[in-house]
Order: sequence, then structure tokens, then C-alpha cells
Amino acid sequence: MSASVGRIVALAGPGANPVDDVRRMLALHFMVNAFRAGAVVAVLGAVIGWYMVLRRQSFVGHTLAVVSFPGAAAALWLGVSVTAGYFAGSIVAALVIALVPRSPAGRAGSQESAVIGTVQAFALATGALFVSLYGGFLDSVTGLLFGSFLGVSDGQVVALAVVAVVVLAAMAVLGRPLFFATVDRNVAVARGVPERVLSVAFLLVLGCTAAEVSQITGALLVFALLVMPAAAAQQLTARPVLGLALAVALGLAVVWSALGVAFYSTWPVGFFVSTFGFAAYLAAMAVRLVRARTRRSAEREPGPAAVGAAGMVGA
Amino acid sequence: MTTAAFFVLAHPFLTSAFGAGTAIAVASGLVGYVVVLRGQVFAGDALSHVAFTGALAALAFGVDLRLGLYGGCVAFALLLAVLGRRSEADDTVVGSVFAWVLGLGALFLSLFTTSSSGTGGSGGTTGVSVLFGSILGLSGSQARTDVVVSAAVAVVLVAVARPLVFATLDPAVARSRGVPVRALSTAFLVLLGVTAGVATQAVGALLLLGLLAAPAGAAHRLTARPFRALWLSAAIAVGSMWAGLTVAYLVPSVPPSFGILGVATAVYLSTFAWTSRRRRLGATGAGGGAAPDRAGPSVSPLVTP
Repeated sequence: MSASVGRIVALAGPGANPVDDVRRMLALHFMVNAFRAGAVVAVLGAVIGWYMVLRRQSFVGHTLAVVSFPGAAAALWLGVSVTAGYFAGSIVAALVIALVPRSPAGRAGSQESAVIGTVQAFALATGALFVSLYGGFLDSVTGLLFGSFLGVSDGQVVALAVVAVVVLAAMAVLGRPLFFATVDRNVAVARGVPERVLSVAFLLVLGCTAAEVSQITGALLVFALLVMPAAAAQQLTARPVLGLALAVALGLAVVWSALGVAFYSTWPVGFFVSTFGFAAYLAAMAVRLVRARTRRSAEREPGPAAVGAAGMVGA
Repeated sequence: MTTAAFFVLAHPFLTSAFGAGTAIAVASGLVGYVVVLRGQVFAGDALSHVAFTGALAALAFGVDLRLGLYGGCVAFALLLAVLGRRSEADDTVVGSVFAWVLGLGALFLSLFTTSSSGTGGSGGTTGVSVLFGSILGLSGSQARTDVVVSAAVAVVLVAVARPLVFATLDPAVARSRGVPVRALSTAFLVLLGVTAGVATQAVGALLLLGLLAAPAGAAHRLTARPFRALWLSAAIAVGSMWAGLTVAYLVPSVPPSFGILGVATAVYLSTFAWTSRRRRLGATGAGGGAAPDRAGPSVSPLVTP
């Protein structure tokens, strides 16, 4: 459906005046809703993704994102709310993964990753089973996997915003101790931070986020919004507040520009989201490498000016 | 198994499925054990999505599907090997790269579906079969290719298994003893890429991770000896494949991929029950000193002279 909408619009093509183009795009209600929903999922994905990247839990994040698919497929088959299916899938998987004791960093983590991988594959296989039981309505499969940015209703935008506020409120409570427990686990445990409870709570938050975002981007492309803005922000700064703000800004920029470009293209939105996100990540990595090089050369010949530059970069 | 043998004889497509499935399961079980041992399950996850993108790229550009499948997987495996040189932060790097590859997959799917929409929407069907596998639809020649490729993977893996496990468990000592740790790790990633390519045709791009992770995870829980676990992992994978195919044949609404992964997951789950029971017996029984610790049995050091 999204492809056909894109094609009809693309016949008009972008005009000479970019302001007119934007006005024309925003005159369409479904595009306004796409921008609203995109903003909600971009902010949420960037904030939760920032913690996910910090905790090196990309694999878990990807798994939780993907397992929302069987939940939604089961909901389709049973004829209940697909939204409820997305959340049920991700939350159940988060609880299953939380059951496995998180072993201390290092090689011993392999058992945990085997469990995560099995959960992911089994969940996807279950999704395939539900789709087959449902009667093989293929459009819905690709819709669940690759999303339907351009078919968001007013009610869905409100529902998305409510869930996002709840998740972000939970994160406001969890955020500080979680950061402490992630950066220095041993000291945090010694100071009485409930590390185990926090990590389970974070898994649930991550599951809710994945379920929320996947309703818009599809189960396979959630991961782009979770990992890319956050990874780019962490290339640029190690400070938590600045990094979170940067991740949110990057996420918004990526989603909105992708929607804008996709409006005038026949190619899918998901492709533009992931491509722009990846470009942002590569750019951030290049900035970091250039900075590291200038700092190294500044350290090699410590003149007064060079020391000043190094101090600035290190800040 | 006599009933299974009867089905195989009854239908040529089942002969293909069982033959190719057995070979693919052996390769995935063997490779999967080392994947879990090396903590590279996430790389396997990434490769499975690259398999999807590669296959769809080949379809979108009208070349042979397997060219895209193997080409994409091996190229990405080499990329991972280069990225892994700076071992720090590779979790995020792998994640970002493969999220982008997945976006490309979405593009190729849409290009392919659009270009073939005149022919009755076969594009969507092919896309879904790449994602979820179509082992019952393998032709005789495809099955033969799969058997040859899987057998080659298995033979190479067994040939390098000893130095590979050594290099995984203790890279520093291995390097000092002249084991080419770096070359082995690159070679292993390429093997993993080829396995991903061949297993995609059986269980699908999204599900091959289970064939890599579940039998291997079970084998890791059941024994601490590397080589016993290696073969055990292959055996569990083959058993899951046969049982899953049989279930899928007997119950038509069950997709074969679900049957295979359902059995593999059930076996893995039962090893949790089994080891925790053994631990309880070991804790209460007299002289049960061999109880595995909480995080599963640790791998015993290799016997080195």
C-alpha cells in the first residue's frame, strides 16, 4: 500500500520551490501523521537505544525487536488487537531472556547469547507458523516485517505518544542508577544499587520500546532506530546528557528527512531511514577519528597552542 | 525412524529435503558449536540478515539467487573480520552495519516485488520463502549442491577444529605456539558465511540463527569436552532436522522451519531441566563433585603437551 501511495505522489515530483514542496506534503493528512508518529518513535528509540548501546546489548535489542513479529502475527490469527500482540511478544521474550543469569563480561557470556539466539529464531519460526495458520496473506507479512509508515491513524498517534510518555517516565526513574550500574557494576553493587532488578527492568523497557517502534517501522527495521542514532552520538561524546540529546536530535533528523525524501521517491521509507542513520554513524565515526588524530599530533609536539586544542577536544 | 524412512522412499521431494537437510544440519551444528564457543552468535545473526539482502539483491537484478546469497554472506564475513581487528566496540559496529544492510534488503524486496507484480505477485512469495525457508521445495539439483557445499564446510571445519578451539580458548598461548590465530578467525567467519548461505535455503534467512545457536547451546550445557560437544551439537542438529521434517510432513499446516526449530528449541530447553536436576543430585548426593556451575559447564582446558 505504501509503495502505491509513494508512486502516485511521485508522479507529481518535487517542484522548483522547496517550501511549496513541503507545504504540499503537509497538506496530506497521512503525511502529517507519519511525521508525528516518526517523531515519537525517533525520540523513544534514541533514548532507549543510547542505554542499549552503552550496555552493549545490541543483540538483545535486535532480538526483542524481531520477536514482536510473532506476537503481531498471532494477534492477526486470533483476531485480537495487533498492538496488544506486538507488546505481548516483546515483553514475553524480555522476561524469558531475563531468566538467564547474565554472566560477568567475557567469554562466559556465550551461553547467554546462545539463549538469545534461540529465543529469536524460535519466535520467528512461531511467527511463520501463525502466518501459515492465518492463511498466508502475504501483504500482511511484509507489512509486519517492514512496516507501514504511511498508514498511521490519528488514534494510533495518540496511543504511541501515551506509551512513549510512560516508557520515558520509567526511564527517568531508572536512568541514573542504570547508568551507574552499567559504567561501574562492581562499585554500584557495593553501594547497594539493585543491579539485577535494574537490568530486568531495562529489558522490559527495551521490549516495550521495540514493540512500540515496530508498529511503525516493522519488526525488522526497529533496530536501525535503536542502534544508529545512539551509536553515532556515542562516537561524538561520552557525556550522558549531551549524548542523549544528540541521539534524540539525530534520530529526529534521520526519520524526518527519510520521510521527506521517501515522499518523492518510489523506494521504501525503511531504506531511507536506515541509510540516513548509517550515514550519520559513519560521519560521527569520521569526526571521532579526525579528533583522535589531532589530539595525538598535539600530544606529540606539546606547544602552547596544541595543549589548548587538546584540552578543548578532551572536554 | 522407520516411518521417516518410509516417507523418504515415498516422495522424491522428501528425499531431497532429508538429504539436503541432513547435510545442512551437520554443517550448522558443527559451525554453531564454535560460534557459541567464540561468542559470535550476534555475527551469525547479522549474517543471516545479509543472506536475506543478498538473495533479494540477486533476484532484483535478475541473476542467480545463490550468487547473491553466497556472495553477500562471504563479503560480509570478510568485512566482519576486518572490523574485528579493533575488537573494542564491535557489537555496535556490527549492529549498525547490519541494520543498514537490512534497510537495503527492504529496498530490494520492494524493487523485486514491483518489477514482478505483473506476473501475479510471485515476488512477495519468493521474498517470504527467502525469509522463512522452503526446504520442501528444493529441486534435486539444488539439493545436490547444498549437500556438496555443506559437506565441504563440515570437512574444513573438522580439519581446522583443533587449532581453532585452541585459538578460541586461549589466544595468547596459541599465538605463542605458532597457531595462526588471525588467519583462523578470518577463515572461520568465511565458513560461517557459507553456512549462512546454504542454511538460508533450508530454514530461511530469519531462522538459520536457531540452527546455529540451539543445538550448540544444548551441547555446551551437556558436556564440557570440546570435541564431544562438537559432535553432539551436530547430532542434535540432525535429529532436530529429521524430527522437524517428519512433523511438518504429518501436519500440513506446520511449516517445516517451525517444526525444525521447535524441536531444536525443545531439546535446548530440556537440557536446562536436565543439568539443573543433575546439579541438585550432585549437591545432595555423596561425592557429587562434578556438578556444573551456575552459568553452565565451563570448557575444560585443552590437553596440550
